[in-house]
Amino acid sequence: MTVKIKEFPGTGLRESDFTEKRVLYTEWNPNAQYAWDAGVAIGRYLAELKQGRLIGVHCNHCHRTVLPPRVFCEWCFRPMDGWVVLPDTGTVNTFSLSYVTWDMQDLKEPIIPAVIDIDDTHPRVGIMHLLGGVDPKAVEIGMKVQAVWKPAEERTGSILDIQYFKPV
Amino acid sequence: MSKNVAIVGIGFTSYRPLTPEVSYKELVFEAAVKAYEDAGLDPRRDVDSFVSVAEDFMEGTSIFDEYTPDQLGGMLKPNVTIPGDGIHGLATAYMQIASGIVDVVTVEAHSKASNVLTLPYITAYAMDPVLNRPLRANPLFIAGMEMNRYLWATAASREHCAMVVAKNKRNALYNPAAAFGAKIEPEDVLCSEMIAYPLTQCDISAHVDGAVVLVLASADVAEDLTDEPIWIRGIGWCTDAPSLETRGWGRAIYAEGAGKMAYRIAGIRSPMDEIDFAEIDDTYSYKELQHLEALGFCQFGEAGLLTAEGVTDVSGDLPVNVSGGSLGCGLLPDAAGLRAVAEVVLQLRGEAGTRQLPDVETGLAFGWRGVPSTSGAAVVLSN
Amino acid sequence: MGMRKVAVVGAGMTKFVRRALETPKELSYEASKMALDSCELTLDDVECVVHGTAPDAFDGVHMKGEYLADGSGGWRKPYTRCYVGGGTGVFAPIHGWYHVASGLFDICLVVCEEKMSSCQPHPQGAFLTIFDHTLERPLGPNLLWIFAMEMNRYMTVHGLNKRDIALVSVKNKRNAADHPCSLLGDANITVDDVLNSEVLAWPVQRLDVSPVTDGAVALVLAAEHVARRICDKPVWIEGVGWNLDTTYWTNRDLYYPRYVENAARMAYDMAGITEPRKQINIAEPYDPFNYKELHHLEGLMLFDRGKAPEATALGITQRNGDLPVCPSGGLLGVGNPIAAAGLMKVAELFWQLRGEAGARQVPGQPKRGVAQAWGDLMQVGTVIVLGV
Repeated sequence: MTVKIKEFPGTGLRESDFTEKRVLYTEWNPNAQYAWDAGVAIGRYLAELKQGRLIGVHCNHCHRTVLPPRVFCEWCFRPMDGWVVLPDTGTVNTFSLSYVTWDMQDLKEPIIPAVIDIDDTHPRVGIMHLLGGVDPKAVEIGMKVQAVWKPAEERTGSILDIQYFKPV
Repeated sequence: MSKNVAIVGIGFTSYRPLTPEVSYKELVFEAAVKAYEDAGLDPRRDVDSFVSVAEDFMEGTSIFDEYTPDQLGGMLKPNVTIPGDGIHGLATAYMQIASGIVDVVTVEAHSKASNVLTLPYITAYAMDPVLNRPLRANPLFIAGMEMNRYLWATAASREHCAMVVAKNKRNALYNPAAAFGAKIEPEDVLCSEMIAYPLTQCDISAHVDGAVVLVLASADVAEDLTDEPIWIRGIGWCTDAPSLETRGWGRAIYAEGAGKMAYRIAGIRSPMDEIDFAEIDDTYSYKELQHLEALGFCQFGEAGLLTAEGVTDVSGDLPVNVSGGSLGCGLLPDAAGLRAVAEVVLQLRGEAGTRQLPDVETGLAFGWRGVPSTSGAAVVLSN
Repeated sequence: MGMRKVAVVGAGMTKFVRRALETPKELSYEASKMALDSCELTLDDVECVVHGTAPDAFDGVHMKGEYLADGSGGWRKPYTRCYVGGGTGVFAPIHGWYHVASGLFDICLVVCEEKMSSCQPHPQGAFLTIFDHTLERPLGPNLLWIFAMEMNRYMTVHGLNKRDIALVSVKNKRNAADHPCSLLGDANITVDDVLNSEVLAWPVQRLDVSPVTDGAVALVLAAEHVARRICDKPVWIEGVGWNLDTTYWTNRDLYYPRYVENAARMAYDMAGITEPRKQINIAEPYDPFNYKELHHLEGLMLFDRGKAPEATALGITQRNGDLPVCPSGGLLGVGNPIAAAGLMKVAELFWQLRGEAGARQVPGQPKRGVAQAWGDLMQVGTVIVLGV
């Protein structure tokens, strides 16, 4: 059918069509604000972060210890059996060197997001966070890292209570 | 076609204005565990497909379907999210089973409306960005305008609408899951604060949090699982013009379309005679009347009189919203339809406790997506 | 299996552009009208409508499905929207498939639309909100991060080099030069162009990624007795499958998309395919990034894990190769209006299997093709098998 069609609909515009007002448009800023209930599992996770600790949960059925915490095991579909305090060390599972911000502004020095497999959990159970205190060229998958926390009085019960993970 | 899919399990939480102690995942997990216990199933082993109902901007997360599978036992299984009413989700599950590709499907809908701090602004965000939103009016005006037109075009009065509120809130006193059971009189409704003429505060359902999970199964599986499968005899859904400027304002055309389709499949010619009771959207008081007419229970314009005569009371010929409806239970945006289905199932099974209707065989549940939408879905169920 | 047979009988699409003049409703209308015209049906013939569109945040309308209903022909008809992120484009025809296969309807219109350009100052910013609101959003993630991390993991586990991966960008953008609707078709692009392009989030470079795009695509599905009556060569939906992995993406190894394999198994099972590599003639896997085509080819079990790059280097996946992959030009070449992109791939199979793909036509009268889309937090696989 693409053989038979001569003309496909759709008109592309350029930036200049807007700046030179050849095109009419309306603007809107949505007012979208939320206060999400953390609940039992994440509520405790955040409280522990404020104390400078990582916490996970354990399922006696599949024997996994996982984080972030959840009240149910998604593999076995049963309630988790207990809390497990975890070390704040781990291994870099994967990472990137990002030269752009969340909204595509350029960065001279890269942000280094990573998935960090936390020690004492089921293999390949990690969290996303940032790496810091390291030369971007030196980062490797398999590197051992440790959390660098904010001072106690600055912690608020947030994932940002950890500033970043740095090589051990 | 009419007898090949049944509801074999239901689970729901109570409906409360605030649920600060649990996250939405934990709320849904509670309802899911109950539904699977009811059905006698292990979702990891026995459920083939999962359908969630959600809208990004109600959750505050884009691509919300990312966050649905785990709390239903659906990880690494077929899952889809339907932005629609819970009954649109039910229709999806029904079609999946009827196609033959799966036998057992879970449907989920929930509300965490309490977490949406700027809810009226979110609702306004659903309005046409060029033609309507710039007017910067609280979208409740759409319901007010429609109520105004409806009352003008019919024999219904504000008093009739107030009777609906009083009936449903009183019914809710017998529903342990409901949030707003109360003993009020129609006069109390008429005196409440005017919000968007002629809609008063009492005419409007207040939002609540909660979750509802259902499990559907094909006929063979259903008959193995339970002595009391509740059969989906007919299902229908319809969308009218989304535009405020071109939609009809007196009749709920989307409800007419949904009802016609569901009745055709169910082989129902006279809803009033063949359906014993109904759970019909009452997000706003006048909506129950408008929807009753659109669903063919009476002629256009007569629902107010029907209500005044007590036909839709618990003891009447067609009890409507015995659960309390959204006015009595609280409004779960987009999950209200599934809440309605759960009630119909309870009644048909004889499990509705102190609000049990005697000798019921066939019930109807109907959901509407609320302003500014013109989408509704209906399902006819039998025991 | 005793299932009702359903065919694709018509297709239409708009050009894929960076920023469209047309509104979301107009884009939907243009694609739908073209699809109906292509099989000489009118809106009155359509019994139900299915719409697929991804984040509401792009077009800037909550309950976007309701807003698009009239533009998609859903006026006073049974209309639903389905949503699985980027997987939506291949899920929408699946959703349409069971509308008809269930016996409830005989003719279904499937429409997918995306207008990403409305989101300012950059549509990419809307992707921030797909991450967990409490545990991930505070870190300020760009969607590129999760792709870059997956690409890094995939390359490291298999010991791959970027040169082999860059070949996919070259193949697809060159293929797209023959697609009349394409945004980034380029008959002359080279591997060095790709390897020299700006590093966005290492290892991802600019020419590894598909662009932000506006566009719409539509298909008409019909039950067998209708299809045979109105269409000279219906393209049958032989298999459908879909699968969603756990939300906890950091608890998984990203090197292999097991959810794509699960979806493929479901679709191949229904289609009676036991040896996919032999029994499938064309593949349109989802390629928002070049490495993704390879990742997904392996998930579709068309190549062994880690072996897709080698096959690409050998020319197997060229249009005139043993297993043409993305003859359309894919997302990398045609464009990536999130939900519409997947449906573009299904439309491509429709045209290819009917011998109507013009300059993009795969030689040898292909009989069977598979289209696949991906979405969410490295989570969703949606697969459809079409055959004549």
